[in-house]
Amino acid sequence: MSALTAQSSPRGPKPKRLTPARVGLYGFVAMSCLFFLAPLYVMIITSLKPMEEVRLGYIFKWPDSPTIQPWIDAWSSACTGLACEGIHSGFYNSIKITIPSVMVSIFAGALFGYCLSFWKMKGSNFLFGLLLLGAFLPYQLFIYPLVRIYAWAGAYGTMFNIITVHTIFGLPVMTLLFRNYFSSVPIELFKAARVDGAGFWRIFLSVMLPLATPVVIVAVILQVTGIWNDFLFGTVFAGQNNWPMTVLLNNIVNTTQGERHYNIDMAATILTAAVPLTVYFVSGRWFVRGIAAGAVKG
Amino acid sequence: MANKRRRNLAPVLAIAPFWVLILVAYLGTMLFTILMSFTNSKTLPKLEFVGLKQYQRLFTTDLWITASQNIWAFSILLILISLTVGFLLAVALDQKIRAEDTIRTIILYPYAMSFIVTGLIWQWLLNPQLGLQKAMHDLGWESFSFTWTQDPSMAIYSIIIGGVWQGSGLVMAIMLAGLRSIDQEIWKAAKIDGIPDWRVYISIVIPMMRPTIVTAVVLMSLGAVKAYDIVVALTGGGPGSSSFTPALFIMNFFFTRQNVGLGAAACTVVLVVVSVFFVPWFYYEYFREEKRGH
Repeated sequence: MSALTAQSSPRGPKPKRLTPARVGLYGFVAMSCLFFLAPLYVMIITSLKPMEEVRLGYIFKWPDSPTIQPWIDAWSSACTGLACEGIHSGFYNSIKITIPSVMVSIFAGALFGYCLSFWKMKGSNFLFGLLLLGAFLPYQLFIYPLVRIYAWAGAYGTMFNIITVHTIFGLPVMTLLFRNYFSSVPIELFKAARVDGAGFWRIFLSVMLPLATPVVIVAVILQVTGIWNDFLFGTVFAGQNNWPMTVLLNNIVNTTQGERHYNIDMAATILTAAVPLTVYFVSGRWFVRGIAAGAVKG
Repeated sequence: MANKRRRNLAPVLAIAPFWVLILVAYLGTMLFTILMSFTNSKTLPKLEFVGLKQYQRLFTTDLWITASQNIWAFSILLILISLTVGFLLAVALDQKIRAEDTIRTIILYPYAMSFIVTGLIWQWLLNPQLGLQKAMHDLGWESFSFTWTQDPSMAIYSIIIGGVWQGSGLVMAIMLAGLRSIDQEIWKAAKIDGIPDWRVYISIVIPMMRPTIVTAVVLMSLGAVKAYDIVVALTGGGPGSSSFTPALFIMNFFFTRQNVGLGAAACTVVLVVVSVFFVPWFYYEYFREEKRGH
């Protein structure tokens, strides 16, 4: 999988002049872009239409009288079937869940990867194998017993619950990421630090972690998008007061009684997608490196 | 050296929580789920063993039969279509076309979004009264009909559209990296021999990209088996329960119908099927690589 990060310049046969094949190629690419962009276009323009215009259909038509009211409603007054408070509380919950989860899971993955790479302890490869195997199995296998464990400990449906669950299930990819990186670090560096009298934590915090800054960046991108986009763990573990944005969005859209306000729904959807999309557009090639490295998550 | 390390307590203390965490949260929970599948547990787990009765019940439950048929059709088609689309896009992007970066960004952006978002987008677009069908009728194509999301026999296929939209970008990124890691000399040699490009792709490039393709297939199938969010958002498992998947079935029996025994039996079946497919690949990928020397 490391090949994915290696090269960036195009190769292959040189372009010819404008032949029919070339025209066909551009046609195919244009059609594909249309397929990928059309849904976003429809969402954006629908979110800017008043309900009277939405009822007419014409999903591809530019709004006659654009309005940002649906966005305001989506943020602060859309109904979930229980309450009409919009999606803003989900936004704050998602932030409260994502920031600690990202930090804890990256720290845990880096620490475990560091242990595996430099401190060969008995049984640690077995443990790592078990962890990776766990990453390949559907989450449903682990969910119910975890609910029981957290309920038994009196922590079910709390912030602590959802953050630790994200840490547990982020561990395989985070560990893999850091272990792969650390195993490419020359062992002499580690030995030199040992000779200089640095201990376990000192080497980790002052030598290895700063060295792994590029991996940390990739890990942050992966975890921020992954945790923000999570729905399953949010519904099961977060508890109603901490529901993340994805859960609230699904409730707003799929439990509405009476007429559905598609313009508000679409505004809420775009708002939910905004954070990962921003990460994606800002991070550029780093994002591709991230999905290449974290692809095992599936 | 070994002695020196043994004296050092810090690494042992650092790794101990990982032992507890992994043994409890991964292995322990999995074994517990398997254990539950042999019991008569309803809302709460209880150790009242009933042998294989839950499995008998599972395999005669219509909803499970639907769900397992759905997941095969869904996975196989999703993988085949995403692989084809992703590969064609990668080949197209590898032809030194203009604005490659922009086009790649456009193709990959759906992958950054949540399955819930993807599911909701396509729920609207595929809604006959509102989306694509309505748009075609408005344009004057009155006979255009697309009602998959409301047709019990087609609903599961409508989810594939959303899946392809979101996942093809990932396949494209993986394939493009694979294409560019292939030795350029091959192209020169083929040119000298006068072999047409399409022939080079089919006979040389694709066979050479076997590991890349395997990676893509494994990734896609792991994602497909887990299909939950996108189904919830796009069809909610409906109409009726026609587009249920095993993941939906399990969540439904655990948390809505409160039939833990049956849900656990379904989990165990999924575990067995996934293991049969992935464990050989898993060992090949991770432990052979190890021996080749890291």
